[in-house]
Amino acid sequence: MNPVTLTINGADHTLENIPDDMPLLWAIRDIAGLTGTKFGCGMALCGACTVHMNGNAVRSCSITVAAASGNEITTIEGLSENGDHPVQQAWMEVKVPQCGYCQTGQIMNAAAFLEKTPNPSESQIDQAMTGNICRCGTYNRIREAIQLAAKKGGAS
Amino acid sequence: MKFINQTPLKKIERRDFLKTSTLGASGLLLGFHISCSRPFEEEIKEASIFFDPNVYLSINDLGEVTIVAHRSEMGTGIRTSLPTIVADELAADWSKVKIVQALGDEEIYGNQNTDGSFSGRMFYEPMRQAGAAARMMLEQAAADQWGVDASECNALNHEIIHSGSGKKLGFGDLAEAASKLTVPAVEDIKLKNPEDFTLIGKETPIYDLQDIVMGTAGFGIDAQTEGMKISVVARCPVAGGKVQSYDAEETLKVPGVLGVHELEAPAFPMGFNPLGGIAVVAENTWAAIKGRDALNITWDEGANAVYNSESYMSDMVTEIQKPGTVRREEGDIKKALATSSKTLESTYQIPHLSHTPMEPPNTLAHVTEGKCVIWAPTQHPQWVKGTVAAALELDPGNVEVHVTLLGGAFGRKSKPDFATEAALISQKAGVPIKLIWTREDDVHHDYLHACSAQHVKVGLDENNQVIAWNHHSAFPSIGGTSSPDAIQPADFELSLGMLDFPYDIPNICCESHDAPAHTRIGWLRSVCNIQHAYAVGSMLDEVAHLRKVDPVDNLLELLGEDRHIPFDKMMKDFPNYNEKVSDFPANTARMKNVIKLVADKSNWGKTLGSGRGQGICAHRSFLTYVACVVEVEIDENNQLSIPEIHFAVDCGVVVNRDRVKAQFEGGAVYGLSGALSSAITFDKGKVVQSNFHDYQVARINQAPGKVHVHFVDSSEKPTGVGEPPVPPIAPALCNAIFAATDKRLRELPIKLT
Ligand code: FES
Ligand code: FES
Repeated sequence: MNPVTLTINGADHTLENIPDDMPLLWAIRDIAGLTGTKFGCGMALCGACTVHMNGNAVRSCSITVAAASGNEITTIEGLSENGDHPVQQAWMEVKVPQCGYCQTGQIMNAAAFLEKTPNPSESQIDQAMTGNICRCGTYNRIREAIQLAAKKGGAS
Repeated sequence: MKFINQTPLKKIERRDFLKTSTLGASGLLLGFHISCSRPFEEEIKEASIFFDPNVYLSINDLGEVTIVAHRSEMGTGIRTSLPTIVADELAADWSKVKIVQALGDEEIYGNQNTDGSFSGRMFYEPMRQAGAAARMMLEQAAADQWGVDASECNALNHEIIHSGSGKKLGFGDLAEAASKLTVPAVEDIKLKNPEDFTLIGKETPIYDLQDIVMGTAGFGIDAQTEGMKISVVARCPVAGGKVQSYDAEETLKVPGVLGVHELEAPAFPMGFNPLGGIAVVAENTWAAIKGRDALNITWDEGANAVYNSESYMSDMVTEIQKPGTVRREEGDIKKALATSSKTLESTYQIPHLSHTPMEPPNTLAHVTEGKCVIWAPTQHPQWVKGTVAAALELDPGNVEVHVTLLGGAFGRKSKPDFATEAALISQKAGVPIKLIWTREDDVHHDYLHACSAQHVKVGLDENNQVIAWNHHSAFPSIGGTSSPDAIQPADFELSLGMLDFPYDIPNICCESHDAPAHTRIGWLRSVCNIQHAYAVGSMLDEVAHLRKVDPVDNLLELLGEDRHIPFDKMMKDFPNYNEKVSDFPANTARMKNVIKLVADKSNWGKTLGSGRGQGICAHRSFLTYVACVVEVEIDENNQLSIPEIHFAVDCGVVVNRDRVKAQFEGGAVYGLSGALSSAITFDKGKVVQSNFHDYQVARINQAPGKVHVHFVDSSEKPTGVGEPPVPPIAPALCNAIFAATDKRLRELPIKLT
């Protein structure tokens, strides 16, 4: 395939000699070397790989690099410089993470959700976060942290 | 265990202390670190003097305290909790403490197998001693400098203060002098008065918190090194099968694929060796996955191709109605059942379960001439070391095992198979290899929790007293993973919830049955407590209803007198979680206490509307006493929700309250996954499920509204907290469903319609 250019966290990355259908996830992890975005299922079932594309939460395992090219991709590394995004702050305050593996995907999903729904109800939170699995079972604290982030003005 | 008292106080060489996974320790990893929360970035000065009183602790002349975490962090918080114990006894300022992760090395650190919920229990005392010994040496160093008695010098917040004059010296100022003193003998160590604890029992956030939310924490899958290639492996879908022939022509055409390597398949049962198959090595993960898809493999599936889990389950259900092998017996069960005025019997079934940690298995391995370096999300670095050394025919001393953060584990990552697999591929490919298991690999080739069938028969006399308890258990044993002769569960498996039945019933008989393994069976969070607590917890509720006694009163009554149960006298080789029964007895008073506490806090017996109900289960596991009340609500469309769960917990001293709460919140969800939706089934020897669409786990919309954790204040020795939350969940849930609907569910995952 022709070289593809991806814009990730404002920086351009040119990819060569890769299969056309490479999911964005593997380009982010293996080629751009940004490992905060995680692999959990590869089938849009778990949300571990969630990034923002033009501000929307998307599953990077299920979007090809070809489709992502020309769009603004933001990964967890680009959400904030120092971890001071209100969602990250709320996550720390509520001490959400256990193993932590799913949490970057949870945070990216929650951040995009709060942008669009700054004052979510409990059921809106559950609905928005249902695609993100946490096998450690931190769901109660995720709900609490999203509510806290909303109070802090989670839309950053 | 002898080393507990010896290891921490052994004075060590500086080079030993440095054998930790700090940056560049091996020269292998570039820019990979497990955590960078507090790397003392602002320090311009270089420390030159180090006071290393034991293997877990170092203090330098700048006053920086470094504590070694030697257990694996998979989400329990242990990487923070054990160091807080050291820091508390040391009277250190936690913000000046740095944590480094230990390499796998039994000689230096003692046991590092982070499994069985025993880190706290095994290392609470040694960690206290490690911190206290250093504190005493700093106090002595200050006393020497001031020419006063050490008893007048006290450590507080990173300083030693002289009580008479108020003079102070920082830890850094004393490091050099302290390093010249003799380490006190264990019997001379003065531990803190628990009232003076500053960190133990508090809610210190985990050390890696900020890195986790910023995406900079280092899990196994994130490890990288120069020249590293990626590999995925095609393994026979039937356990014990092997490659008959293969063609990699199409694979080698995939851009980015570099080569394929055949890995030898061991015969079944293969123990903890890798499964063999065809490894594809590529420039990136996607090329490796595509390359694997393009392989054309003919498998020789072997004897387990007959395995069908449905017929296997129905065979077990038939089998457990018959007499089995007696494993515990008191009284005369036959006579008691024959003379009972009422009897009740039920069968309970649970399918295979898969661990499915969010981070699938993976390892970075680099094999060079005569040496191997591993970076792995492993619960058991020492086992990895031994297994890799054996597979590569190296001296274990030439295998260096770095432990990364683990993205969940639940027992899966204590098995060394995936690390060995990576090492073998690196050896064949001649480059550093990061092996990745896809989710499909994980679901297809896990060491599964055993499927099980339980049958319990109970007899009541004419006075409504329970006089007979006959429990039959059948499931393939973990032993079957290594030995074809292990066709019955081992004592340790049955002692998890069946043989340690604590109720005071005059005639008790526990029997086990044959069930040979046709796949790899492993230990999964709380192990056989899952099936045994389900059967026992459900049957006790059935008994309560038969007796027309409130379920809480029923439990309290059946537990009988307050007493320590001498299981070790009642059975030969009773395991008791590898602790002496005299040290950690099953204490019915503690059990009753958690039941009363949970009943009180959950407002047990409160009036609930229709379609709602509460269920209780009490279960002691990993030496911790847990009682759990689940409240359910089932609407007219048969949709189940769980407004709240209450746990009452007696786990002895609580080291980190917040992390223990988190274990119970998460354990409730883990238990609910198994109760509500998870099942692994087999057809023609192959796992039917493949990913989270058909191996379903609990999602946020199924999570309980609230999980409340109530602690019993205790100064007893700390006991497990990672696994004990899981066993009581399914039975308490089903008991609640019965209370709400009169439907008794005896099969997991539950079906409401
Ligand atoms: S890895 Fe993309 S949703 Fe699971
Ligand atoms: S914190 Fe471990 S999977 Fe979510």
